[in-house]
Amino acid sequence: MTTTEIISYLPYTAPFLFVDGIDAVDATGITGHYTFNADSYFYKGHFKNRPVTPGVILTECMAQIGLVCLGIYLLKDGLKEGLEPQLALTAHQMDFYLPVLPNEKVTVVAEKEVFRFHKLKCNVKLYNAKNELVCRGKIAGMLKL
Amino acid sequence: MIKAELIEKLKAIITPYVQDEVAFKNLTEDTDFIKDLKINSANLVDVILDIEDEFDIRLDNQDMEQMLTVKSAMDIVTAKLNG
Repeated sequence: MTTTEIISYLPYTAPFLFVDGIDAVDATGITGHYTFNADSYFYKGHFKNRPVTPGVILTECMAQIGLVCLGIYLLKDGLKEGLEPQLALTAHQMDFYLPVLPNEKVTVVAEKEVFRFHKLKCNVKLYNAKNELVCRGKIAGMLKL
Repeated sequence: MIKAELIEKLKAIITPYVQDEVAFKNLTEDTDFIKDLKINSANLVDVILDIEDEFDIRLDNQDMEQMLTVKSAMDIVTAKLNG
């Protein structure tokens, strides 16, 4: 499965798609990236006159790359055209260290902890363009075809 | 392992995932993880994984499907430990 195919299976679209590309993927983990466009709607309100990417949006970006893209790759043998994987976020725990400003590119690195009984749990880290750790944590979800 | 000890170990494992505290207080062998304790399917996977770690056993899909009550969990764990 190519990285472009993985992205084509994602059930998201603008303004809530937070994956630009996948740099590497195998059965143990995934690396992907996204650039937060300064025109994104959430900057209008977070914060007043001082745009900073909301932590929930960073978490969403990490979940879309680290959990959903990886999950689609892991399910690849059962995937068919027109068949969308069913998914639900079930838990996350996240620590934040640095802000992400408009137009910053971030890289998400996820390692699979366990994928059994339809549940995928990953350790996920997000880095900025300077390769500084922005946030890290655990994300889990249920995923099946 | 004696029954009471097994129940205590299972109770410790399921505690973090219980949504119905009253049903948990009144737990018996017939207590159903999903219907009574309101443990959701995602957390039921956590219960299974924690049981594997606690008892050093491996559970499969069939075990997962059968493990719906305290009693069925005790039976499956006991069978694996004796197997």
